Amino acid sequence: MITLSHYLALGAILFCLSVVGIFLNRKNVIILLMSIELMLLSVNMNFVAFSYFLGDGAGQIFVFFILTVAAAEAAIGLAILVVLFRNRSTINVADLDALKG
Amino acid sequence: MDNLQIATPEIFLLAATCAVLVVGLFTQAKSNTVYWLSQLTLVITLIMSLTQIGDDATTGFSGAYTVDSLSASLKSWVLIIAIGIFLYSRDYVGSRKIARSEYFVLGLFAVSGMMIMVSATHMLTVYLGLELLALSQYAMVALHRDNSEASEAAMKYFVLGALASGMLLYGMSMIYGATGSLNLNVIGDILAGNSESMSAERTIGARFGLTFLIVGIAFKLGAVPFHMWVPDVYEGAPTSVTMFISTAPKIAAFAMLIRLLVGGLETLHADWQQMLAIMAALSMVVGNLIAIAQTNIKRMLAYSTISHVGFLLMGIVGTTAEGYSASMFYAITYAFTTLAAFGVLLAVSREGFEADQLSDLAGLGKRNVLLATVMMLAMISLAGVPPAVGFYAKLSVLQAAVGAGFTWLAILGVIMSVIGAFYYLRIIKLMFFDDPTDTAEVRPAGDVSAVLAINGAAVLALGIAPGIIMSACIAAFG
Repeated sequence: MITLSHYLALGAILFCLSVVGIFLNRKNVIILLMSIELMLLSVNMNFVAFSYFLGDGAGQIFVFFILTVAAAEAAIGLAILVVLFRNRSTINVADLDALKG
Repeated sequence: MDNLQIATPEIFLLAATCAVLVVGLFTQAKSNTVYWLSQLTLVITLIMSLTQIGDDATTGFSGAYTVDSLSASLKSWVLIIAIGIFLYSRDYVGSRKIARSEYFVLGLFAVSGMMIMVSATHMLTVYLGLELLALSQYAMVALHRDNSEASEAAMKYFVLGALASGMLLYGMSMIYGATGSLNLNVIGDILAGNSESMSAERTIGARFGLTFLIVGIAFKLGAVPFHMWVPDVYEGAPTSVTMFISTAPKIAAFAMLIRLLVGGLETLHADWQQMLAIMAALSMVVGNLIAIAQTNIKRMLAYSTISHVGFLLMGIVGTTAEGYSASMFYAITYAFTTLAAFGVLLAVSREGFEADQLSDLAGLGKRNVLLATVMMLAMISLAGVPPAVGFYAKLSVLQAAVGAGFTWLAILGVIMSVIGAFYYLRIIKLMFFDDPTDTAEVRPAGDVSAVLAINGAAVLALGIAPGIIMSACIAAFG
């Protein structure tokens, strides 16, 4: 029997993976974008699970909006990435160090 | 669709923004048509939201959208400040390789995002308003395409902003699971009312969600320890965009904080009070101490923002109505004063020259007395020196903190603002007592000078008669 806590645990694991992905990754900006997507999807998992077990549709509606916004966010992220690559000819995270104080 | 008319200003703004976007396609790169249309749109929207002041609180869109005295007055301030931003940045944007019609269109979209955030009483509307604002801002930071620092700043802002949204959403999902509702008013009732349906397990779930929610809000506000994006973005972004990010969105973030924590989760205030108090203390210490070491004005103002966010939070930790209105006053006047400071920086910059080092302001008093005076008024206000409005804002926040028993926080705040006065007064010294290093003439357009003068005078006048704004702030939480 799969209970709510199984879904929540899966959501939490995915969320932690994505946060770790953002902070430990020193190589590639595209991996950062993938981690961000994973983070939003783990939240979606939570919403759908809660929505099902509470018998309330609002959570699933929220998921549609998150998916839409995530698409817009990925578009902007990739656009910034293209601009960055044109200026720097690199997308290495460790090279993003011109701004420091 | 009940009560569609409560959102008339937003609906008009959105429709007009789309029209401006299309007009922007057919105008010459050098023409000011898009600028004037954007200003017209903002002015009409401002008139529409001013008419909402004084109306009874109404909710619409199945409880997702609320117009009350808080939202009506904050919206008007957001719009007034946006008008100032557009005016000050017109010549800056025009003289650089920045797509100018896109700057204004993105600005208008960001303004509609802020207006939605201010009115949102449902987690979905909070999230959508926040993202509309944030996505426009990411694009605005990257608008200076050939500038490698701007694109780096945009990337950092994007990644950390998306991380913050993720945290906020995770918190929202936990609170949804614990209470079974996304409507903040309903959540407030469920948490406050019956202990039967709120088992211990569910209360823990709500607290868990609350923690993530606070992390997300703190990221957006730029409170320590979630402040690392602020200095980089302020420094890397074009100055006109830095001005945009540092002024009006602070008002919207304040509204979001109030809607989520006070409107929805006030029952859990014992939990969030402590977290906010620690963040307020850290923000004031870190912001003021690091600002002293900066030589770049934009970076210095970034750390100054962080310290002011600390003061803003100090009013909220007390969980009293006086504290909330003091914080609201602080947010509005802070945005207004920073607008004047960045307005001067933009007026001093010219094609091929960014006034972003402290030494660039040296001797400004000899080059243009008006700009130097406005900058001086802004600096004494940010430092909290009596005749200017910043003093009264700090005083009311400190009073609220002492009244609520957070005396240690208030003492820390006073010590830190004394330390902070150093770097604000240094700018005044540079402007009036040092010799200019740069002799080029500083002559901003006539309307920019006039509005800057009004802006500077208002910083002083509101300090002498703070009641004009304060009464609206008290009414919002009455």
